[in-house]
Amino acid sequence: MLLKIENLQAQIDEKQILKGLNLEINAGEVHAIMGPNGAGKSTLASVLAGKDSYEVTDGLVNFDDHDLLDLSPEERARKGLFLAFQYPVEIPGVSNKLFMQTAVNAVREEQGLPALDMFDFDEYAKDKIALLDMHPDLLERSVNVGFSGGEKKRNDIFQMALLQPKLCILDETDSGLDIDALRLVANGINSLRSAERSFIVVTHYQRLLDYIKPDFVHVLYDGKIIKSGGFELAHELEANGYDEIIKQHQQA
Amino acid sequence: MLDEKNITSSGSSETQYQEINDLLDKNQHYKEGFFTSTHVETFEKGLNEAVVRAISAKKNEPEWMLAFRLKAFKHWQTLDEPHWAKAEYTPLDYQDYSYYSAPTCGSCDTEEGSGSEQEIDPEVAKAFAELGVPIMGEDANIAVDAIFDSVSVSTNKREDLSKLGIIFCSFSEAVQDYPELVQKYMGTVVPYHDNYFAALNSAVASDGTFVYIPENVHCPIDLSTYFRINEAKTGQFERTILVADKGSYVSYLEGCSAPVRDTYQLHAAVVEVIVMDDAEVKYSTVQNWYSGTDDGEGGILNFVTKRGICEGKNAKLSWTQAETGSAITWKYPSCILKGDNSIGEFYSVALTNRRQQADTGTKMIHIGKNTRSTIISKGISAGFSDNTYRGMVKILPSAEGARNFTQCDSMLIGDQCGAHTFPYIEVENATAQVEHEATTSRIGEDQLFYCKQRGIREEDAISMIVNGFCKEVFSELPLEFAQEAEELLAISLEGSVG
Repeated sequence: MLLKIENLQAQIDEKQILKGLNLEINAGEVHAIMGPNGAGKSTLASVLAGKDSYEVTDGLVNFDDHDLLDLSPEERARKGLFLAFQYPVEIPGVSNKLFMQTAVNAVREEQGLPALDMFDFDEYAKDKIALLDMHPDLLERSVNVGFSGGEKKRNDIFQMALLQPKLCILDETDSGLDIDALRLVANGINSLRSAERSFIVVTHYQRLLDYIKPDFVHVLYDGKIIKSGGFELAHELEANGYDEIIKQHQQA
Repeated sequence: MLDEKNITSSGSSETQYQEINDLLDKNQHYKEGFFTSTHVETFEKGLNEAVVRAISAKKNEPEWMLAFRLKAFKHWQTLDEPHWAKAEYTPLDYQDYSYYSAPTCGSCDTEEGSGSEQEIDPEVAKAFAELGVPIMGEDANIAVDAIFDSVSVSTNKREDLSKLGIIFCSFSEAVQDYPELVQKYMGTVVPYHDNYFAALNSAVASDGTFVYIPENVHCPIDLSTYFRINEAKTGQFERTILVADKGSYVSYLEGCSAPVRDTYQLHAAVVEVIVMDDAEVKYSTVQNWYSGTDDGEGGILNFVTKRGICEGKNAKLSWTQAETGSAITWKYPSCILKGDNSIGEFYSVALTNRRQQADTGTKMIHIGKNTRSTIISKGISAGFSDNTYRGMVKILPSAEGARNFTQCDSMLIGDQCGAHTFPYIEVENATAQVEHEATTSRIGEDQLFYCKQRGIREEDAISMIVNGFCKEVFSELPLEFAQEAEELLAISLEGSVG
């Protein structure tokens, strides 16, 4: 098992957001997390990545035989956990090349591999740029500066392609994307699917899932997963909304 | 998701920057903070007319130089210490400083005030070697004037340069050997009565560098001066004059450092640059004076007057500075654009951390027609520091078609520091175009988290972001200097490099 979350509870400013969440993910599986606003979807993504404004108050998270909650954000990243951000951050003056070369070499150092020099990195990056149909001058541009919403999201997927993580968490990567950008992002994700790599896809909408076709769909509500199923659950949600499932949950 | 987002951004504002501040609070590795123990001759503390005369006598100065000093001293006594800068310091006790200190080497003859390459005190030579300053001429691409406290101890490559007619020597030597040139230019750009510290400097000027580039000579190597304050309670008052005659070019660099001391040390320099028709001067500074302790104890007070004049048409003067040291910096390298079509540039990175205070900027005075000036200023404040940009762009009625572009960016690291901007613009000619852009940003938790989530260590992320912010200015520095500046920034920021 790649990821095992048990009874995860987390708060921010003493407000409880996650209230005992359980989730198990095997290598190669794609899990979608859906749910209404404020259910805790982004909190889950942030807590797994180690954002320190959230306080974990209880629970265990095992990631690839490590106690995840014990690791710093950068250690988690180096061990293969990747978060595609809901709002990718701009870093003026820092080129994508420097940024990603530093990141790739950080991960390689962890794996005991030699660092890539500028030339090796260029070669390595070129293929991935083509994959996401990014502009060739991407590497020279500052990280996310002057990028459209769609470009920022694609840049995150590009970074994911470079870092080759074990677990990819996509936090509403589909929000704000037009249909062409959505398809590019979905293609990027699909091309990275493998028997070893797992995904958590946090989303509001079914449309990204139509491209990705997750193995499992979970409904997150009030800090817990209240229903899990296969891809068909996403269709059910699209047709009936969350109300029905929430009502069932509250009655139970 | 909206409510979650709100919660995040309104999050624990007090602890939000704790981690960054902790990181920055680690003791700075000020590797230049060592002290050289050697035989020195240091004047008793105190300042009066007798001291001014004694300094002049020590240097065997001609009568006109002594007269200049005394005139300045008299004027200085009528002035009040300025406190208008955005920097707090208790008024200095000028009687508690020594105004002359020089290494005396038992076996060498330093009577002349400055040694040649053979005569340098071995302890002093060791100090410069440790600082990586090539005083023995070991670096082919640079000529160095090394100044230790009050005197120039070595100036190399002089003979090679003199074949081209270039004069590169210490200020004291210039007074002896080129009195007519010194008299012609000294005080023409920064008069002795210009301001409090310029007056003080004019009275007690210790040593400095004198550069003259003759007509149509392109100086083939960089000229540089390295300033070292060693003795405690000593002020350094260097006087530098740089003259670029018609059609010439020179790139001049200066660096500096001082031992760690628990009391303020005063550095009040005056630099005058004169650029004739079609000549170009690039003046670069990497300032790394000791900045004091975490509690703001000690450090160098860097009160400097630097000014150049583009005397002739098409002259160009470019100031580039990377200011990372000093407890307090008070410095406005300026350009008087007198010649038609002359160009003034100011590129600055000022980093303050801990309790440092910097009030720096420039003045661009447009007099000639079609004169142009560019100001790019990057201020970075961290810790409990204050960083101020103060700049003036003045377009006189004669400056038909003058243009200025100013970009002034501030970056805050943490939430205990300050960034301030005081731009003054005075336009007296309607054909002038003046542009001013300013931004303030903060290295946010979000940026750092983004980097960390990609596996990048926090200190690497901070230095990457800061260097990115400064890139425009560093690209103006000569290559090796740019590297040094980047490293200094990294050291000043991380406190834990190497």
